[in-house]
Amino acid sequence: MISILALPILVPFILIISLLIIKSDKLARWIGPMGSGLLVLLSGYLFMLVREHGVIALQMGGWEAPFGITLVVDYLSALMLVVSAIIIFSIAVYALRFLPETIKLNRFFVFFFGLTMGLNGAFVTGDVFNLFVWFEVMLMSSFVLITLGQTKHQLEGGIKYLALNIVGSMFFLAGVGLLYGKTGTLNMAHLAEILKNDDQAILMNTSAVLFFVAFGIKAAVFPLYFWLPASYHTPNITITSLFAGLLTKVGVYTFIRFFTLFFVQDQQFWHQLLLIVAGFTMVTGGMAAAAHYETRRILSYHIISQIGYMIMGLGIFTPLAIAGAIFFTMHNMLAKTNTFLVSGMINKARGTFELRDVGGLAKQSPLMAVLFIIPAFALAGIPPISGFFAKFILIKAGIENGNYIITAVAVLTGMLTLYSMIKIWNEAFMKPQPDNEYAGKPFQKLRFAEYFSSLFLGAISILMGIFAYYVFGFTMEAGTQLIDPTLYIETVLKGLK
Amino acid sequence: MEIILAIVVGVLYTAGVYLMLRRSILKFIIGLIFMSNATNLLVFLSAGLVPGSPAFVKSEGTGAGVMADPLPQALVLTAIVIGLGIVVFTLALKYKFFELTGTDDLDQLKKTDD
Repeated sequence: MISILALPILVPFILIISLLIIKSDKLARWIGPMGSGLLVLLSGYLFMLVREHGVIALQMGGWEAPFGITLVVDYLSALMLVVSAIIIFSIAVYALRFLPETIKLNRFFVFFFGLTMGLNGAFVTGDVFNLFVWFEVMLMSSFVLITLGQTKHQLEGGIKYLALNIVGSMFFLAGVGLLYGKTGTLNMAHLAEILKNDDQAILMNTSAVLFFVAFGIKAAVFPLYFWLPASYHTPNITITSLFAGLLTKVGVYTFIRFFTLFFVQDQQFWHQLLLIVAGFTMVTGGMAAAAHYETRRILSYHIISQIGYMIMGLGIFTPLAIAGAIFFTMHNMLAKTNTFLVSGMINKARGTFELRDVGGLAKQSPLMAVLFIIPAFALAGIPPISGFFAKFILIKAGIENGNYIITAVAVLTGMLTLYSMIKIWNEAFMKPQPDNEYAGKPFQKLRFAEYFSSLFLGAISILMGIFAYYVFGFTMEAGTQLIDPTLYIETVLKGLK
Repeated sequence: MEIILAIVVGVLYTAGVYLMLRRSILKFIIGLIFMSNATNLLVFLSAGLVPGSPAFVKSEGTGAGVMADPLPQALVLTAIVIGLGIVVFTLALKYKFFELTGTDDLDQLKKTDD
């Protein structure tokens, strides 16, 4: 029964194998969306299990922790699994209509599910080295996806993406080595158990800083984010949306996992550092977004700006703040992916991503305008859509804990976000079509299948806002579990006692 | 023995960083190989070296202090394979990029910034 925990990894794996054997594009059209639909159901079921038991753990191959690899799902993992499965499903549907002819669907879905497998593996694993391996699985798939079109720009963006992410992986591996050298274990729960009552635990800082840099590169925080805006606008919009929704958020997830579970010795220093980094990430990302006029670039800088909020929640480090960070991550994954999907639609309808070249879309396609306004309002934090509650929780936690500076920065960055969203709205939807080469082109009507993904994500964003009470309940559970990981440790190390 | 290997790790990291900061993409890839080998050695060293005895337990039992810890060796084995895959992909990417643009100069890669 409990072995269902391995399924989030096994299902994508089986899908990859079947795609490799079948090799047919026609069948891939069905395998892709249906396989991702299956993942949604599966992660929903896992979430129900977590609600029932609190934390569930599976010892792989029957080796008791800390000797074997443990798969663990707690509230945080379960919530991330559910949200990422929803995004994976909507992108799988979106890919059917938006991938260019040159990219074979079958090939795309092989690496798409490769990324999914790495992602799910990273969410469920309870072992540091195993996490590294899942990161690499995810990275390899993303390397292939980002260069799939093989144009000059994509290869150039690919080189930049690859260079910094590989360096990040090396930091990660070096951190794993030092961690093992000091503690003799790589099981996360066992690490937490060992470091809890150790008077030399302050020595862990040297390892922690290596992980900090590694996860900082993955999550694109302030001084380490330059690979993101240099590469995210190059691949096909389907692939950009996939990356925007999922990749950086795994970095945030590992940040939250590591710095709540076992790197909790030198709290003063780490939380101060996290808050400073968070503040700079928010401001620099938001300012850079304000300077650009290409939708994908604006939205790429936006990803960075919003990562700051998630790190801010971790830096404040109260159950409410962690709950806020998780709520924000969930809301942001949905809304961010959705804005990218809409920018892909604008491109399909008008043939460009440049805001200066388009206009008057609100009249031509009111549905597209509505679809844009939902995630844009969500990101800007206007009630009753999800983003308002996410920001509200974070700001409330900041004020309660006395972190006034970061709270003020967060509020001001909200203005910047609103500004860039209004900019896209005004330029693309409200202003009249400028007189240029695109003016003569007819508006390309989109079909329902092309609207579906965005409608789906928008509906979930709104539902998340309306039922914020329940969602907040779940994230609060997650926050409490993370601040006091006794249940996590006991569930994993049952055999050791 | 450990001190020598520690120096080797340091030298490899230095050489790797130096090569990575050069303008040629090929040198960047060589730097990548150096750094990934340095990291592998670092992980290998993390358990401490026990010269002259393999990571096997004798039938009468062996104390933990006298045998080498096999876990980091297993980790390094995995890391080497992953590193190989990454280097091969990077080389293929570099080849494709060179075919399209005819340049090996990292300073020419400015089109996706700003």
